[in-house]
Amino acid sequence: MKYPDKNGHFGDFGGRYVPETLMPALLELEKAYDQYRHDREFKQEFEYYLRQYVGRPNPLYFAEKLTRKLGGAKIYLKREDLNHTGAHKVNNTIGQGLLAKRMGKQRVIAETGAGQHGVATATIAALFGMQCEVFMGEEDTHRQALNVFRMRLLGATVTPVTAGTATLKDAMNEAMRNWVTTIHDTFYVIGTVAGPHPYPMMVRDFQSIIGKEAKQQHRKVEGRLPDCLVACVGGGSNALGLFYPFLKDSSVRMIGVEAAGYGIETGKHAAPLSAGSPGILHGNRTYLLQDQHGQISHAHSISAGLDYPGVGPEHSWMMATGRAEYVSITDEEALEGFNELTREEGIMPALESSHAIAYVMKLAPTMGKDQSIVVCLSGRGDKDIHTVAEAMGVKF
Amino acid sequence: MGTTSEMIHLLAEAGADIIELGMPFSDPMADGPAIQLSSERALAAGTTLDNILATVGSVRTTCDIPIILMGYLNPIHAYGYERFAHDAAESGVDGVLLVDMPPEEANKFLCHARTAGLDVIFLLTPTSDKSRVAAVSELGSGFLYYVTVTGVTGARQEVSASLADELGRIRKLIKLPIVAGFGISTPQQAASVAAMADGVVVGSAIVKLFQQYSGEMLKKEVRDFVGSLKQAISC
Repeated sequence: MKYPDKNGHFGDFGGRYVPETLMPALLELEKAYDQYRHDREFKQEFEYYLRQYVGRPNPLYFAEKLTRKLGGAKIYLKREDLNHTGAHKVNNTIGQGLLAKRMGKQRVIAETGAGQHGVATATIAALFGMQCEVFMGEEDTHRQALNVFRMRLLGATVTPVTAGTATLKDAMNEAMRNWVTTIHDTFYVIGTVAGPHPYPMMVRDFQSIIGKEAKQQHRKVEGRLPDCLVACVGGGSNALGLFYPFLKDSSVRMIGVEAAGYGIETGKHAAPLSAGSPGILHGNRTYLLQDQHGQISHAHSISAGLDYPGVGPEHSWMMATGRAEYVSITDEEALEGFNELTREEGIMPALESSHAIAYVMKLAPTMGKDQSIVVCLSGRGDKDIHTVAEAMGVKF
Repeated sequence: MGTTSEMIHLLAEAGADIIELGMPFSDPMADGPAIQLSSERALAAGTTLDNILATVGSVRTTCDIPIILMGYLNPIHAYGYERFAHDAAESGVDGVLLVDMPPEEANKFLCHARTAGLDVIFLLTPTSDKSRVAAVSELGSGFLYYVTVTGVTGARQEVSASLADELGRIRKLIKLPIVAGFGISTPQQAASVAAMADGVVVGSAIVKLFQQYSGEMLKKEVRDFVGSLKQAISC
């Protein structure tokens, strides 16, 4: 059986829990995506931009020094940080941008937390000549002021959202509200494998280039499949992009790393799979951070990109079926991961990706030297320098 | 929730035919600023579904105006579909309208609501095509809520010029009474929509009065406003 089913369900998860106004737009999108995902010309154009514009394939880099230091399994880094715009997000925005163009939409909107998806959307809007408006929680516009300016340079309008907690979830609410109002000419570019069907499936498909390349590259150097895949999970798009092409390879362990913030026990974290419960938010049923009355809780992570109280429904499903495992890493551990990779390999990871690195630091020593781990280095750390400095007590 | 029960009585006396009582949610993605703020206020004051059902229960002892609960699915999901349907019907709720539960996702809740004898009201919008009208016609009960604008809740300057055509189109396909809402905030707008639909919903405009006034002043404002709406649609 293929997942999701025709209404976007992954078992009990996923679906399309949206206001009626959006239903026709989602059905139209689903139909267009169904048509173009198999269209040769569309696929060629997508591949062309990934190659010539994003710079794919990016390397699967053997982190030899880190491997030696940890003294266990070989560590391979899938270098999404080397993509144009500095993260995996652009794989998806190219795909959705091309789809928007074919559907005749002149305007794109997006939500953003850390600003990476906003930048990636503003980038393709510039490239394809479309109008672009990005919704961003007001708190995040201060935390990520540089990315706000970057989006504006790219010609996008950045609209700060003051409602609710003024973070990513509220930006998504506002983007939905805007889409309800502008549905006739606007394409909503969702940045992760969450939201109503067909987004979780579509974003997964566009991001699965990560895993496809990694599989081939690993086979080339090691002559076999990796033993384990590790990736950070906020909404979960880089993780699903890496995992999906390995889904049927049952020998490959898959581990998603959530943000434990100040620690799961403090309640201040962003780890719905590790410590949340199923509920309905932003158009899908999935694990959420919520109170006993079904009100959504405030997420916390040092990494703005993981600071979301939900997670993609396919991850909820993969946890339920046992196909993937989910663990969590605290802010403090993530900073150690950041420092370790920077010092050992001269690669500064995004704080999101630092969670995956931090988990690998625990995992690799428990594995044999003949085994290997592929970890998704989903983005580069330049955007996080201020946050890291602040955490280290450094003032400029 | 003392005030809520007072307000329901007041609205009923002032001429409202049905009360639509909002269940607050932390992430009201189909609502404009007025209802977003009212949800935040209600949650800050500690409002839960238990309180709301208790309020309806106490109103029911003295007033039989139909009461519809309107909100989002997750609080009900957390409460438990079956338990909620049972408790809501028990306390005297007549129907439920869940903004983010389109017909495609309605089955699980719907079977418990039917067992409990609770109406489930669906929304249709200017973007809904024939097949969607048919789905709502099959699953919905009580009445049909027609959203007059392609947008979120909150006041608008004008009533859509194509509303008569749209309602005519839907009336041919559906037997339920049609009640129209979203963006209707003045007696004039209410009157022009009432000429085409079986009922008119005014939400944000009344919620704004709750926000602006208090005490006797609020009672007077609400009585005058609802009275003016009632008078406008009755002529």
